[in-house]
Amino acid sequence: MSIVVFAESSDNQFKKSTFEAISYAKEIGQLIGKDVIAVNISGISNGAELGKYGASKVVNCNNTDGFTADATSDLFASICKELGASVVVLSNTYVGKSVSPRVAVALNASMASNVISVPDLSNGFAVKRGVFSGKAFAIVNLNRDIKVLAITPNSFEINSNGSDCPTESINANASPSKISIKAVNKVTGKIPLTEAELVVSAGRGMKGPENWVMIEELATLIGAATACSKPVSDMGWRPHSEHVGQTGITIKPNLYIAIGISGAIQHLAGVSSSKTIVAINKDPEAPFFKSADYGIVGDAFEVLPQLIQALKN
Amino acid sequence: MKILVCISVVQDTTTKITFTDNDTQFNKAGVQFIVNPYDELAVTRALEIAEANNGTVTIVHVGEADSEPSIRKALSMGANEAIRINANPIDAQFVAEEIAKIATGYDLILTGRESIDYNGGAVCGLLGAMLNIPSINVVTKIDYDGGLFTFDRDIDGGRETVSCAGPVIASAQKDLCEPRIPNMRGIMAARTKPLQIIEASVSNQAVSYLSYTLPAAKSGVKLIDPSNAAELINILKNEVKVI
Repeated sequence: MSIVVFAESSDNQFKKSTFEAISYAKEIGQLIGKDVIAVNISGISNGAELGKYGASKVVNCNNTDGFTADATSDLFASICKELGASVVVLSNTYVGKSVSPRVAVALNASMASNVISVPDLSNGFAVKRGVFSGKAFAIVNLNRDIKVLAITPNSFEINSNGSDCPTESINANASPSKISIKAVNKVTGKIPLTEAELVVSAGRGMKGPENWVMIEELATLIGAATACSKPVSDMGWRPHSEHVGQTGITIKPNLYIAIGISGAIQHLAGVSSSKTIVAINKDPEAPFFKSADYGIVGDAFEVLPQLIQALKN
Repeated sequence: MKILVCISVVQDTTTKITFTDNDTQFNKAGVQFIVNPYDELAVTRALEIAEANNGTVTIVHVGEADSEPSIRKALSMGANEAIRINANPIDAQFVAEEIAKIATGYDLILTGRESIDYNGGAVCGLLGAMLNIPSINVVTKIDYDGGLFTFDRDIDGGRETVSCAGPVIASAQKDLCEPRIPNMRGIMAARTKPLQIIEASVSNQAVSYLSYTLPAAKSGVKLIDPSNAAELINILKNEVKVI
């Protein structure tokens, strides 16, 4: 019996969310007295570094077929069975969201996504998860013997005081995917919004897409990802992949700077879990100021150059 | 071409969320319910594909009688028939297990990317695995040509194009299409379209909801003088230590 973590990678490197998932699994391991095994289904040849975050062993499965929901999940589920997984941990990224349900079915497990707490074992196996698009949380109990947990990125501290761990290669074969990948367009070097620790976001107050130069400059100076409000993506000023809010992406960065966004309830739903929120808006009545930690009542076109200048100094 | 679209009925996006019964139930009082926004996109694209390929669209919904107006809305958009599985849709696994019982025989199954109430985002993958068919999450484009479906989907940090023969299940993401607004003829026709009601039968519930909490309120905003905006950078660097 073990706790198995799906070690996700991107551009031949393990993702930060993978380190979070292993640190999280280690905490569960200490609660239930089981080892953490990381399963590395990627082109990365050696996953020994995952020991630093709490893995006791890394199982490498060299899979060069690329990611498909059906074949990758089948492969991972068969490894979970072989390792006798009682708890399976994934990140709630697009990859994790594709894999976790299929693995749950294959293992006849209970699953929870958007998980933001370590399980409470006092009366079953209960975790806290985000619901109502960030407007609330629910405590849910996972009733079946095997549990699959997809944890929200940026929700758990990375604990890296371990050391490299043993690795083992496995020759698992899954049936080939029925899906063929035709093209992949990845923006390299850009932080995916859901995993970004710092986010600079802007709304209609920017008056037009041409003014995003300032937003991007501010974001680049502090190493943040950029986001936007719904009207901005609806008008085509920014791609919909940047839209945060109830019908967009829910994010949980350490810092969220909202510029020229009024703070409608649908927008706040997607960002209210951010640790520190800064609102910049010329309307002192903007609802965002009620949900922010810091605020500047002022014109973005006057405030932004000051911020950029201060960062350059 | 037979297409099945799974819809959820959710609170309107402007709803202020509260709970009752000692924070164990969502407070439905005064709440306006709508078809889940992503599911509306799924219905619309399903109709477009069916119309171009001489096909039919069936709506399936797990819910109680009070969600019938939303099912009728999907029918008024143009769907041919609907099935309501009579149960309180507790969580993604329960919903998928119920739908799996009626979901065979379709070339394409669509869901929304997630419902904006319980945000499981799991029904697409769960149903795909239960029916042993491929699942394609968060799709922004679906085309059908020569027996093959082609999808654009969001991936972490980008987008990819994949193709696959049916039967296949996919979940709709924003950008897939503009939601279709029912016209008067559609609304009239929807009144008499078949709506079959099936009793739910899954008993071994995978997940139970125990209670709810609301996010902690912020303690109050600290305002910074707009003429000295640089002070914000100082605070973020030296007090909050976030940059």
